[in-house]
Amino acid sequence: MNGYRHAAAAGAALGSLILLTGCELGPKTVSQVGYRGAGLNQINDPDSTAKASAIPAPPYAVPEDSGPLASESYQNVQVLGGVSAERFNHLMAAITQWVAPPAEGCNYCHNPNNLASDEKYTKIVARRMIQMTWNINTKYASHVKQTGVTCYTCHAGNAVPKNMWAMSDAPGTPTRIRGNKFGQNAPNPAVGYASLPYDPFAAYLGQKNDNIRVASKTVYPTAAQTASTKDAESTYGLMMHMSTALGVNCTYCHNSQSFSSWPLSRGQRATAWYGLRMVGETNAEYITSLQNVFPAYRKGPHGDVYKVNCTTCHQGLNKPLNGVSMLPDNPVLRAPPAMRAAALPGPADNAADPADAANATAPVGGTQPVGTE
Amino acid sequence: MARYQNIFTQVQLRAAPEMGPALPPGSFPRIGGAGFNYWMGKFGNAQIGPIYLGTLGMASLACGLLAFEIIGLNMWASVNWDPVQFVRQLFWLALEPPAPKYGFQMFVPLAEGGWWQIAGFLMTTSVLLWAARTYRRAKELGMGTHIFWAFMSAIWLMVVLGFIRPMLMGSWAEAVPFGIFPHLDWTAAFSIRYGNLFYNPFHCLSIAFLYGSTLLFAMHGATILAVGRYGGEREIEQITDRGTASERAALFWRWTMGFNATMESIHRWAWWFAVLTPLTGGIGILLTGTVVDNWYLWAIDHGYAPSYPASGTIDPATLPGAGQ
Repeated sequence: MNGYRHAAAAGAALGSLILLTGCELGPKTVSQVGYRGAGLNQINDPDSTAKASAIPAPPYAVPEDSGPLASESYQNVQVLGGVSAERFNHLMAAITQWVAPPAEGCNYCHNPNNLASDEKYTKIVARRMIQMTWNINTKYASHVKQTGVTCYTCHAGNAVPKNMWAMSDAPGTPTRIRGNKFGQNAPNPAVGYASLPYDPFAAYLGQKNDNIRVASKTVYPTAAQTASTKDAESTYGLMMHMSTALGVNCTYCHNSQSFSSWPLSRGQRATAWYGLRMVGETNAEYITSLQNVFPAYRKGPHGDVYKVNCTTCHQGLNKPLNGVSMLPDNPVLRAPPAMRAAALPGPADNAADPADAANATAPVGGTQPVGTE
Repeated sequence: MARYQNIFTQVQLRAAPEMGPALPPGSFPRIGGAGFNYWMGKFGNAQIGPIYLGTLGMASLACGLLAFEIIGLNMWASVNWDPVQFVRQLFWLALEPPAPKYGFQMFVPLAEGGWWQIAGFLMTTSVLLWAARTYRRAKELGMGTHIFWAFMSAIWLMVVLGFIRPMLMGSWAEAVPFGIFPHLDWTAAFSIRYGNLFYNPFHCLSIAFLYGSTLLFAMHGATILAVGRYGGEREIEQITDRGTASERAALFWRWTMGFNATMESIHRWAWWFAVLTPLTGGIGILLTGTVVDNWYLWAIDHGYAPSYPASGTIDPATLPGAGQ
């Protein structure tokens, strides 16, 4: 009689221990981010919270923006020609520190015998990346605010950013079932190990996209509402990526009462909305356009270039580099020289056309939690 | 007296196995022989077998086995017939219904949902045959058909999810995939697409009956075990010849909450709660996307979604210049 009880108790204890292996042990921090009683909490495990890359000290203090221009001092300066040579050199030193492998230094992009030469693909890419950085910092203040981005935000000391994506599956629809996952149902970290469609990047981040909304705007069905449950699975996969990329719960942006309702959402959701457009434009205009520049060994398994997603910058943090701006030490990267020369009064006004202006100054309000009394 | 408060059956009978009365001429035989298992006897009757499968049972098993094989082989094929990956990824693997582009058409290429249709048809046939079998076995034993109807309630929910609702929506893609995690992820996506299923009143009812079922089950099981020392587990006798176990169980609840079920009615309570769980759930699923497209908005219209202070966040797509 007692033998059975002991056996049963031992079995139960062992079973519980096995179940516990799926848990993250240790204390969690919980912070309330919205109205009480709606589960609007952020739960973090301090042990598994991502750590920001250490920001390297600038190579030297940023020099005055005076003296001859880079275009006057050097040859073949296509993008940074309007920058003073002093600051141009400072930026080159910083980029070497941020991106180039230490063993190669300047030579990672330049031919040491002819710095003006465009023979290395890395130099052509770097040139385009500087334009990309300007585009992000000037056009997408709605997402990057005044913190902005620099090369280091993504590269973090690596020649190629650690977090990037290329198409998971070969283009075209395979007709066989052998080895065919139909783009889902695999334990894939891209979607938080859910069985959701595992390449939300190709679907939503490869190009500029329309809204990805699936929930109906009306109570009753209409002909206009065509999203299927499968579409919901796809966007859900993207949301899993965003959640992982930022190290946050769903409720960092959404109120689970209605994931689609904007008045119930936090301001962060609007920030993310601009972010999706920023990533789409960045991939389409600045990275996929380099398709023929990158050598084959820098491309994905199906021959497309590696592109950016949320993790590329965020790296598990809701603010990349924990919100530290590297622009004060690297002012060249804030905006193209022509735009900076205009000496704009407010940083939000540095957009080039009305659409951008609306974008940059859009009320992305509600960043204050409401009703947390 | 702790002896009576036990979780295992304490007394096991051993005699010649009970083989049942002779079957009518022309019947399949009862198969499998009969024997005793000590450990099964701890949880139920120690006698295992014989089993009567008959025409319906064999047809049901054949269809079920085919469906199981089709699903399993499709999953295995999806990992290139790799046995290790099949085991490692088993919980993620799926057999998916046809894509939205196929609508509700009858014939879809096998690799793109045709296998799903065949597996679904075979699985449905299998459970319907098994249901017919429970009906026929009950009739043969001179029983009521309560088990059949309860099973039909579960089948109703299954058929609504996999066939009736997709038919009304005009798209196989609205159906549930076969697979452990895939069907769970489908459930979450389904709720998000239709504006939060928790605001579907039939979903509410289904949950109430589901949780109510577990509550009733726990109350009933606990009550009968608690009066086991007075022979309370002989419930059938207690219905017709109420003894002290029945009296004490009834008084316990009457004096605890003012009302008590009876030895008979508690089973009616449990049966209805169980049957109503998938019945109401199926109605809720059936109405989703066909009659109501966003349950959250529907609940606002009907005044039962709680409102929270607006966060002040504006949909950026509604702002000027948001086209990009």
